[in-house]
Amino acid sequence: MLDSLMIEVHDLTKRYPGHTAVDGITFTVGRGEVVGFLGPNGAGKSTTMRILACFLPATGGTARVAGFDVYREPDEVRRRIGYMPESNPLHLDMRVREYLKFRARLKGLGWRRSRDRVDTVLQQCGLTDVHRRITGQLSKGYRQRVGLADALVHEPDLIILDEPTVGLDPHQIRTVRSLIKELGKTTTILLSTHILPEVEMTCSRVLILNQGRILAADTTENLERKLSLDGQVIAEIAAPQDALRDCWRDLPEIERWDVAPADGEWFRVALTPRNGADLRPLVFAIVRENNWSLRELTRSRHSLEDIFVHLTRQNRKEIPGA
Amino acid sequence: MNVILALLRRELGGYFKSMIGYVVISAVLFLFGFSFVDMLGKLNGVPQDAPVTEQFYATVYFWVILLITAPMITMRVFALEKSTGTYETLMTAPVGDWQVVLAKFGGTLAFFTLVWLPLLGCLFIIRHFTGDPATLDPRVTAGTFFGILLIGSLYMAMGCFASALTRSQIIAAMLSFLLGVALFVLSLRSVALSPSESGWGALLDHISVMRHLADFSRGIVDTRQVVFYLTSTAFFLYMTQRVVESRRWK
Repeated sequence: MLDSLMIEVHDLTKRYPGHTAVDGITFTVGRGEVVGFLGPNGAGKSTTMRILACFLPATGGTARVAGFDVYREPDEVRRRIGYMPESNPLHLDMRVREYLKFRARLKGLGWRRSRDRVDTVLQQCGLTDVHRRITGQLSKGYRQRVGLADALVHEPDLIILDEPTVGLDPHQIRTVRSLIKELGKTTTILLSTHILPEVEMTCSRVLILNQGRILAADTTENLERKLSLDGQVIAEIAAPQDALRDCWRDLPEIERWDVAPADGEWFRVALTPRNGADLRPLVFAIVRENNWSLRELTRSRHSLEDIFVHLTRQNRKEIPGA
Repeated sequence: MNVILALLRRELGGYFKSMIGYVVISAVLFLFGFSFVDMLGKLNGVPQDAPVTEQFYATVYFWVILLITAPMITMRVFALEKSTGTYETLMTAPVGDWQVVLAKFGGTLAFFTLVWLPLLGCLFIIRHFTGDPATLDPRVTAGTFFGILLIGSLYMAMGCFASALTRSQIIAAMLSFLLGVALFVLSLRSVALSPSESGWGALLDHISVMRHLADFSRGIVDTRQVVFYLTSTAFFLYMTQRVVESRRWK
């Protein structure tokens, strides 16, 4: 069981003079997972990642990566991780290939193997065309890919990416995201972001952080299910109003319904299920049976954004009371 | 070892990829030219009893070059990496603190040595035109260069230490200038005073870089001086390593 865990963090705390950046968080990440760290700025995401990358010491608690303690065995840990810091710092005076070769050698790869690996990651990150350019002259999107290539070059077991898409244009964001998705098939990834759709798109599991604490940790679907209180269905139907009102009365699946006139002969129907069932097939069946017309049928879905706002707001309310 | 070599290559390469390397080299060449002209004037028909190397090195030019280039060469080693953030990628790679410190120090010392090599050319020109092989004794030249290397290594180690303390290159340069000048002023005092046997005088005499330099340029290599430079360099490198390591205590 323990072997399948890539990251084990227990009661991790990081205090700076005057404030606590990370406040006793505990979580695990299994091998092969793609986990997203989500939280507003200053939530403690970067600090946690820096501790995991052995750059900062923790004030309290333990953190293990691939079974090695980050404080006692930092060399073993650093050998197994590929870390890309938040601002993606590069040596801007070096050429792309030269930089990656240097990083590969630094990470202990032999001459021949570093050459092969650099060729591989150049291809993987779409950098083959620019491998002779100076990194300082590249666009931000390309620089980000150089940073990713650096994180990958020694084939680490775990990749830690701190806000990999920050400051990129939408097109560049898409390429970086698809790259991360591709990598996630073979490697464990821990990434942080404050952009919610990013987590929904790339991660299998989310850890929501706020003010140094974990508010929620679950798969994106589970979080949605937990928080989507009703799973309300909205339908716009053209039908006689009375018939439309009456037809929901005897259905056991429906707890509440509401019919409001829309434009012309159309009515807007809002239905709340009794136990989270999906009402859409039922609505469609009724409409077809009665030969009515249907122009819209949607199930309101709580996005991660709602969950996030919900959780962080709840937390904020607690503070004045506490 | 591979790691140190890769880092060393990067450090040395860094000087030639930014302006700083060329600025230092051209400034030093300019001063060499001055001292060369200066010395030609002195040599003009007047017999000299000191060896050419002493007249060349044990002058004010040497001190101007050393005191000014040492901060310029060393200020970037840690401070630049800290301010651009590459320090974070460096220290999260599987490299040891000592490997980083030794590679950075080695890079500065290699560059420092490189800067001094053109002087060898000046010496050969003098030897060529005087037509007397005795003008330039290879053993004296070797002793002189050995001395430059030793004094340089102490100043480079001090500079690395100053650079490790801060993330601002300017502060690093000023700190290492301060350390360098302090040592220089102390040795000035010992030259001005007559060497005394009392505690302070003997101590000042022992650390007098100026006196050491004069000895080296006459081809005298005294083991006490060698030990002094090796231990003081080691001390500053150890301090640098402690500073690098200190991020793990905070």
